[in-house]
Amino acid sequence: MPDPILKLEGVYTNIAQYHILQGVDLEVPRGAVTMLLGRNGVGKTTTLRTIIGHWRAHKGRILLDGTDITSMPTPAIARAGVGFVPEDMGIFSDLTVEENMVLAAVSGPIDSARLDWIFAAFPPLKTFWKSEAGNLSGGQKQMLSIARVMAEERQLYLIDEPTKGLAPAIISTMAKALKDLKDQGASILLVEQNFAVAKALGDSANVMDDGRMIWSGEMQQLATDAELQERLMGLSLEAH
Amino acid sequence: MTAAPEHAPKMAQAALADRIAPYMPVLLVPILAVLGFLAIPSTSSWLTLTVSGLAMGMMIFIMASGLTLVFGLMDVINFGHGAFVSVGAFVGISVLLMMGHMVEAPSLMLNLTALMVAVVGAMAATGVMGWAFEKVIVEPVYGHHLKQILVTMGGLIVVEQLIIVLWGPEEIYISRPEALKGAITFAGAALEKYRLVAVAVGLVVFALMRFVLRRTKIGLIVRAGVQNGEMVQALGYRLRLVFIGVFVAGSALAGLGGVMWGLYQEVITAHMGNHAMILIFIVVIIGGLGSVEGCFIGALLVGLMQNYVAFLEPKAALISNIGLMVAILMWRPMGMIPVVKAK
Repeated sequence: MPDPILKLEGVYTNIAQYHILQGVDLEVPRGAVTMLLGRNGVGKTTTLRTIIGHWRAHKGRILLDGTDITSMPTPAIARAGVGFVPEDMGIFSDLTVEENMVLAAVSGPIDSARLDWIFAAFPPLKTFWKSEAGNLSGGQKQMLSIARVMAEERQLYLIDEPTKGLAPAIISTMAKALKDLKDQGASILLVEQNFAVAKALGDSANVMDDGRMIWSGEMQQLATDAELQERLMGLSLEAH
Repeated sequence: MTAAPEHAPKMAQAALADRIAPYMPVLLVPILAVLGFLAIPSTSSWLTLTVSGLAMGMMIFIMASGLTLVFGLMDVINFGHGAFVSVGAFVGISVLLMMGHMVEAPSLMLNLTALMVAVVGAMAATGVMGWAFEKVIVEPVYGHHLKQILVTMGGLIVVEQLIIVLWGPEEIYISRPEALKGAITFAGAALEKYRLVAVAVGLVVFALMRFVLRRTKIGLIVRAGVQNGEMVQALGYRLRLVFIGVFVAGSALAGLGGVMWGLYQEVITAHMGNHAMILIFIVVIIGGLGSVEGCFIGALLVGLMQNYVAFLEPKAALISNIGLMVAILMWRPMGMIPVVKAK
């Protein structure tokens, strides 16, 4: 594999007395979508939160484009070019859609061409530009959370379950936006439970279990091997 | 995967009651004023009491605004906030006493200049003190509410004792600048000049805070940080620096409030900030923790209530604001304008 944009080497993360990550190794290639899969509670979200610095790895190394970011504070990691969409979306409900987007553009006003691209991907955001984000529907909030990381070009996008709990129509909108991002050459690490989306977007896949990486390979291989899916995740993509 | 269908949902029109609900807290102030008008037999007395109540409310708002932001932004319960009120009053009044000739001169310009210098001195002193207080006392106890209460109360006691060491244990009686003494008559009511100045200062502070919070990026960061600090950091903002800035600004505002409060009462003591904390906490709680607008409305309600009840039934004045707090919390348990916090 060419030089990856992100590399995790034997990362351990504890939350209180719980040992959540127990030696995670992961490589995220440049310009590709890397899926992080696994059952609930195996450490996928903790992996993303450890990368962005919300949780501290107490052992192991996290390298972003060759730079060790393991001990860097969250704002420094974000400014190094890591965009993060948390599982709960992290929307600022009392702020308008516009204010949410202004905050997301850390280095200055959002480029108008980029804003047009975002509006094309998520038309409701233009409609409700001056509305409080707390008044948006669940799907619109998720659009806003994705739009925020799209407000600036990032080295790496960490996106945690962007289709969780959404209606099928909105899942399609979301998947198309992520596909647009991918087509622009973005490097994305995506946690996703919706296997149809994972199959459509993923270039490579990594499966976790019990705080460890138990399988890494091509998404295509995982998507077409029902026995492998059953063994790794206890379910089959053929059902989706 | 199928292509995305056209997705342009429309927001449903809210019911009238739901549309009015956000403005209800604002309406409470005129409602209370009307109730006062109906209960107080003389119009001139009502006008005097209303201006007095608004002035008192503005000063409480100035003192409380920093506290509500500090709580909202970093979840810090600072029982030592009153220390900044006391120190602000002592520093400001000391500066005024040093400029006695300007204070006693029958010139509005000289009086206001002296007052301005005193306010700047008090705000600078309490701002620096706030920075040190946050660094030494608050920073080690982030995330521990019980420790925060204990250690900040300890900090308050230490500061009060330091004031006694520096300025002595006696109350210091003061006289307002010459041009701010006395009253003007309007519609048959005597309106104290100083109270009118206090109302004007309070409005300016509120307008400035609104401007900073609503129209600047730093304000956006603060408002977002109050809701979800973790996400603000994930966007690349160093929330710790923002918090220190808010703490310093809040301390400086408490210092300004201390000077205003001292001149309002015409006496200052080392414990004046501690005593004011009761009203400050009531205002912060009924306003909604972290809400500057709620704090402003709450302060006006408390000021008006205190003055009306003290006139109508002096013995009930002490408990009137507790009653107000109970009534508002029964109506809105999270305060009048609650801040939506991320879980």
